[in-house]
Amino acid sequence: MDILLAGLVGGSTYALLAVGVSLIFGVSNIVNFAHGAVFAAGAMMGWLLAAVLGWPLWAVLIGVVVFTSILGLVIYLVAVRPLRAAPGIAVLLATFAVGIILDNTSQRVFGAETRRFPSLLERSNLELFGFRFGTIAIVIVGVSVVCVVVLAYVLARTRLGRAIRATSQDAEAAAQMGIPIARVQAIAFVVASALGGVAGVLVGMYYSNVSPSMGFAAGVQAFAAATLGGLGSLPGAIVGGLILGVAEAFGVALWGDSVRHLITFGALILVLWIRPGGILGRVPTIASEPMTGTFFGAGKPLRLGRWPAIVLIAVGALLPLVAGDYLLRTGALVWIYALFALSVTIAGGFAGQIVLGQAGALAIGAYTSALLVTKFAWDFWASFIAAGLLAAIFSVILTAPTWRLRGHYVSMATLATGAFIAALALNLQDVTNGARGIYGIPRPTLFGMPVQSAWGMYLLTFAILVVALIIVARLGSSHLGRTWAAVREDEVAAAASGIHPAAYKSLAFGLGSVLAGFAGALYAAQITYLEPSQFGISLSVLAVTIAILGGLRAPMGAVIGAIILVGVPELFRGLSDWRLLFYGVLLLLLILLRPQGLWAHSDLLSRGWRRLRGRRPAAAGEVREEVGR
Amino acid sequence: MTALLSVTGLRKRFGGLTVVDDVSFDVAPGEVVSIIGPNGSGKTTTLNIICGTLRADEGDVVLAGERISGRRPYRIAELGLTRTFQNGRVIGNLTVGDNVRVGLEAVQRVGRPFPRLRHLVGLRWIALLAEVGSALIPSRARRRQDRADTQHVVTQLDRFGSRLAPRVNQYAYSLSYANRRRTEIARALVSEPRLLVLDEPTAGMNPTETAEVLQQLLALKAEGQTILLVEHKLDLVMTLSDRVLVLDDGHVIAHGPPAAVQRDPRVVEAYLGRAFAEGVDS
Repeated sequence: MDILLAGLVGGSTYALLAVGVSLIFGVSNIVNFAHGAVFAAGAMMGWLLAAVLGWPLWAVLIGVVVFTSILGLVIYLVAVRPLRAAPGIAVLLATFAVGIILDNTSQRVFGAETRRFPSLLERSNLELFGFRFGTIAIVIVGVSVVCVVVLAYVLARTRLGRAIRATSQDAEAAAQMGIPIARVQAIAFVVASALGGVAGVLVGMYYSNVSPSMGFAAGVQAFAAATLGGLGSLPGAIVGGLILGVAEAFGVALWGDSVRHLITFGALILVLWIRPGGILGRVPTIASEPMTGTFFGAGKPLRLGRWPAIVLIAVGALLPLVAGDYLLRTGALVWIYALFALSVTIAGGFAGQIVLGQAGALAIGAYTSALLVTKFAWDFWASFIAAGLLAAIFSVILTAPTWRLRGHYVSMATLATGAFIAALALNLQDVTNGARGIYGIPRPTLFGMPVQSAWGMYLLTFAILVVALIIVARLGSSHLGRTWAAVREDEVAAAASGIHPAAYKSLAFGLGSVLAGFAGALYAAQITYLEPSQFGISLSVLAVTIAILGGLRAPMGAVIGAIILVGVPELFRGLSDWRLLFYGVLLLLLILLRPQGLWAHSDLLSRGWRRLRGRRPAAAGEVREEVGR
Repeated sequence: MTALLSVTGLRKRFGGLTVVDDVSFDVAPGEVVSIIGPNGSGKTTTLNIICGTLRADEGDVVLAGERISGRRPYRIAELGLTRTFQNGRVIGNLTVGDNVRVGLEAVQRVGRPFPRLRHLVGLRWIALLAEVGSALIPSRARRRQDRADTQHVVTQLDRFGSRLAPRVNQYAYSLSYANRRRTEIARALVSEPRLLVLDEPTAGMNPTETAEVLQQLLALKAEGQTILLVEHKLDLVMTLSDRVLVLDDGHVIAHGPPAAVQRDPRVVEAYLGRAFAEGVDS
């Protein structure tokens, strides 16, 4: 009974967060990754007002609501509105960047440590049917219920509510009918963020401690709840939140805290398998036909000529002659991440599936190779092959039912798969050594000699990356690339032309996972230790970010993205406290300025280049300008 | 009866609304059959069921002796039924040539090994991986096939005279509306389907363009192409069709040669209007 109550209390805060996620999704078709950060910022603000300034509960709630509402508006204005014409994934990454910025700003302001949150209310002063609980539980459930009821009333009965519902069904038509959809979307962000702030205070009170870094996990939990219930459906968000809260409470009580994510994402995967639209949601039977005239010429990838490519390879291969060990170790890591991000290029750039779970494939590859080498004394290269194969097989099987779906459902299902694999690594203690991790992974051997030096690993990773790049580029320009393009652009038309969309999506994901598995094996050998916490959702998002910012359609994009997003921050390691903040700002700026990616056709640059060179076609020189090295 | 396509007892409900109610008809080889009717009478839904985009609640669709109702669209395309869409669905970020090449997927054999395995869950992967292999290292047969495909594409584009052929390397999103529709028709035709299904091929076209499409469709008919057509422009329907099927409210209210259908009082009442019928009579 106690557990059930704890589940309901936890579940109602999930529900509050999930309602926010669902509201924003419904109105602007965006998965808001900053939602968790708003929640954490609200909790920290609540701590400041309650513990430091000693405000009473009602004042704390009002203060936090005002604060997070403003945050919500700022997020909308900074990260969402400027990108309204960009593809949905750009907005997702922008909100992710804002989340990083918020989390780290809050760490700088409030300090990174966990703070004690005063509970403000009695914890066990009431008794009913023989078990004790406090005013606090009633207030948490009560506040959640009141918030949701008020929201439901506003949506169903007021003019604003009608405007919100109209916008969520057809934003263009709503705009033509005089609904200011920008304002409606801003209001959705404000309301959702206010609810997120309330949830932050309630969670702080209930668990009695808060920290700036608690947001991301909570945000992901909220997506899981919202998707579980049915994206865009408010009753669904509540049901999803409560189910998740109760299931987790029982799971944690039985098996300990480490199973939390296993339950969340296991449940999510299961629900998406059985009822892809979520418990209360439905995937529309037939999507409306696209109206001709609404196409956008998305960023056209640049083609790298043969000679510029050879020059670039030579430059990369000769770098060890001039660079020190630190730069070379960073370089090896950059090439590994580039290989990892190539998996997103295949699935996302070629087949159009934004997959957010590639860290799972990386983890399988890393653990497979590490375990085979350390426990079974396999040769590195045999374990390397096994890493790629196992990563692909597991990923393909876990996501098999997903590929009938499209868009955000694919993203959420792959996100769940990746997080589920990381949770497995944490919980399968006998195999993976759980949270303690695996240490002392040996370096790979080549012709019987271990590759110990920094330049050895650098050249090894570089060579593998170059081979992978050539293979991926060939795939992209083959007839298979055309088939994928048809699936990416219009699944219905592709199917009517005899293409099996699910099979080709699955194939792209599987081939990508092979590369991610290979990258995992190299990662294990380069870092020499593994822990489950290395393979979180942020890593999956990093892979997508690298691929998108570099330029999703061309394999070179992954390389450029990895240089900028892995290499550059690595060089700023000295500024350890400010590094993530800097990374978030860099990310946000890149997305806002070039949502189509760096390695893509740019009118401005190619015109300038032609004027310089007298109409010669744009080639590698342009790229060097863009990358700025 | 040697019908190429035979539809029997088709029924489809959306919630409480029966959109297609007991629709049956046949299409013989070489025949052009049109479906007309007011908006919302269930024409496009009928087509979507025949092509596998939607599933029927009841009824059978048989193509050349093989039951296709309940099958997925890509299977139906492989069995020789291709289509165009009401609002046009060219693939914007592919060139015109590549758009048409996509239409060859249904009949592609070289470079797509083990076609039988493709329809089996799990074993499908053998075929897919073999295809990856052939994409990475194209065999000589594969290259020969690519050249033949290019020839097929050119043949199809030439059908539209100078409209499409010079634009073979342009991206489809840069085409005019009418050229997008032509590209789509070429994509549906390139696999030499047994049955071509056209959903309002001239929607949004001006009279000149419509007349041009009519000439091209007549040429197709002369080649012996079987066509199932949904269209509102009655001049085109009456000139082209061997038989016309009139739907209203999900029911077939008339069925027969164009001239007979035009005079049918129920059709006049439901769709054509008196002025049209009188115009024909006088």
